[in-house]
Amino acid sequence: MSIIDTIRSAFAALSANKLRSSLTMLGIIIGVSAVITLMAVGQGSQKGVTESIRGLGSNLLFIRPGQSQASNVQAAVYGGQALTLVDEDAYAVNDPEKFPYVEGVAPQIDFEGALIAGAENTRTTIIGTTPDYPYVRDFYVANGQFISDNDVTRKGLVAVLGHRVAETLFGDKNPLGKSVRLAVGPGGMITFNFRIIGVMEPKGATATGDEDDLMFIPLPTMQARIPFLRHPQGLSNVFQITVKVRDRDDFDQAEKEIAALLRERHNVDEDDFVILSQSDVATLKAAETEISQTLWAAMAAIAGISLVVGGIGIMNIMLVSVTERIREIGIRKAVGATRADILTQFLIEALMVTMAGGLIGVVLGVALSTFADGRTILEQSVRAEVSALAVILAFSVSAAIGLFFGIYPAFNASRLNPIEALRHE
Amino acid sequence: MVKLTDIIKVYLAGDVPVPALRGINLQIEEGEFLAIMGHSGSGKSTLLNILGCLDKPSGGTYDLDGLTVSDLDEEQLAVIRNQKIGFVFQSFNLLRRLPAVEQVELPLLYRKVPNRRRLAVQALTELGLADRLAHRPPQLSGGEQQRVAIARCLVTSPSLILADEPTGALDTATGHDIMRIFQRLNEERAITVVLVTHEREIADYAHRVVRLQDGRIVGDERNSSPNRPPVAGGPSLGGDGEDSRA
Repeated sequence: MSIIDTIRSAFAALSANKLRSSLTMLGIIIGVSAVITLMAVGQGSQKGVTESIRGLGSNLLFIRPGQSQASNVQAAVYGGQALTLVDEDAYAVNDPEKFPYVEGVAPQIDFEGALIAGAENTRTTIIGTTPDYPYVRDFYVANGQFISDNDVTRKGLVAVLGHRVAETLFGDKNPLGKSVRLAVGPGGMITFNFRIIGVMEPKGATATGDEDDLMFIPLPTMQARIPFLRHPQGLSNVFQITVKVRDRDDFDQAEKEIAALLRERHNVDEDDFVILSQSDVATLKAAETEISQTLWAAMAAIAGISLVVGGIGIMNIMLVSVTERIREIGIRKAVGATRADILTQFLIEALMVTMAGGLIGVVLGVALSTFADGRTILEQSVRAEVSALAVILAFSVSAAIGLFFGIYPAFNASRLNPIEALRHE
Repeated sequence: MVKLTDIIKVYLAGDVPVPALRGINLQIEEGEFLAIMGHSGSGKSTLLNILGCLDKPSGGTYDLDGLTVSDLDEEQLAVIRNQKIGFVFQSFNLLRRLPAVEQVELPLLYRKVPNRRRLAVQALTELGLADRLAHRPPQLSGGEQQRVAIARCLVTSPSLILADEPTGALDTATGHDIMRIFQRLNEERAITVVLVTHEREIADYAHRVVRLQDGRIVGDERNSSPNRPPVAGGPSLGGDGEDSRA
């Protein structure tokens, strides 16, 4: 029997039992679509990590306060930040004579605050920093301007909004020149009015958080106006100093020399600061996401098990189908069907069920992944990327399942004795 | 031409060997119309199965058209069945879900010949079923179903038609119609027909009657005046007898 005739007759046999065929297919459909979706999400989360690290900017060193010696009260206020770095440290690092490889330095303090503009309000991260920040972080103003040297000198009450904050507070309206009220401290008891001078370009999430959900103000403004952010010794405390280095090859030297400078300035033997390179951050972030990736992989594996279960379902149905059609097999053999003909016929039926199921599963899985991509599910923003490999893999696995679980029933059918088969009621 | 020499068939009922055929010697010439008669258990169905290459003898040789088919394996026997043999069964043995025309195409499908549909329609038309091409077995009367089954073996131009109690499930009038078809196929096309029956009346259509008892041939006689049904002058093989709707 030619292969086209076999496929045609398998199709007729399957459509004679539509409900049964579709239920059998369902197991494969669910398995394949689950595998594709979960693999897509796993792949997507990995890609998200890579992108977020790239989004930090390039050739960066991060100086952070070291082991916290802060009291519980301080920890409560500063979120566990030690108070060992001050803005003077940053200005000292930004010395082209001493450190020719330093291209820019941006100290920063960040804290949570509430913003109110007209009837709208939102909570966001307020970052106090200096005019170098956009260049260092490779993150620029889209509309208006960033904090200027003048704003820093006169401790101006000016603010630059993150893309999403601007959208939340002002919608389609142009926020430039408008004022926004910042409320900080317990119960938002201290409030300031800031004039908006710029809106940042959209950037999305990076390894340090959502870069669209923040507001920048001049660092000295923050230090001068918000008293409890002051260093206990009256110095101007900062939470992080970002240093942009000219070249990747300068990293080791920069790290060593900056560390020496800070030790000298702080007059300590044991470092009270930490210098992280971008790759350190990447490693930390990767370790964090590795757990979730392992989780996705495990879930994909479980989905794979459901494929096997679907395969067993197919075997079961094929065995029933062979038993029901013993007479048919006898008739076919009587008119000249060989064992190979019968084997092929039942194998093709099993294959058609799994391959059709695989195909529908792929379509469903791709649709689900596309739907999930970019959405927030269970407070987690989900990235999903369907790879061609996953599609090919899932589809060929479903075909392989058809072959594997179809061969035994088909073999049974082909081995039937024609006389007994014809006598079967 | 069929030639059976010392054919033995032994079944195993559990561990006990049960002889079904105990040395059959039989020669059937081309174009013969032969009836095999015997009580149940006489071995007539076993003999028919061996003739039809559905079963292999335990001993002896079977030559069909010069080919020793008793030496062939199962796959080769399937090919012989497809090329040379047509079966007609008491219970028709049609596939429930196929329309008549596809039933008739079935052997051609396994033979991989082109023009299947045309040949099938031709065979069905010859048997007076031109208006029943798309009907499925449940929509056909018993006589019509048996005629579809005959068309199914006719379509391959077999050298041997084997009919196992072909009228057993039909009423008398329809049974005679079916027998007349066999008779015409035999006379007009010189196809060898071997018929198994236990009804004298049916066996009388044949030119030769072989009697079987306990696995042996106990009688082999010529019938010089085969039964002629009273319904005469039918225009085709299809006959125009009154079919009872089964």
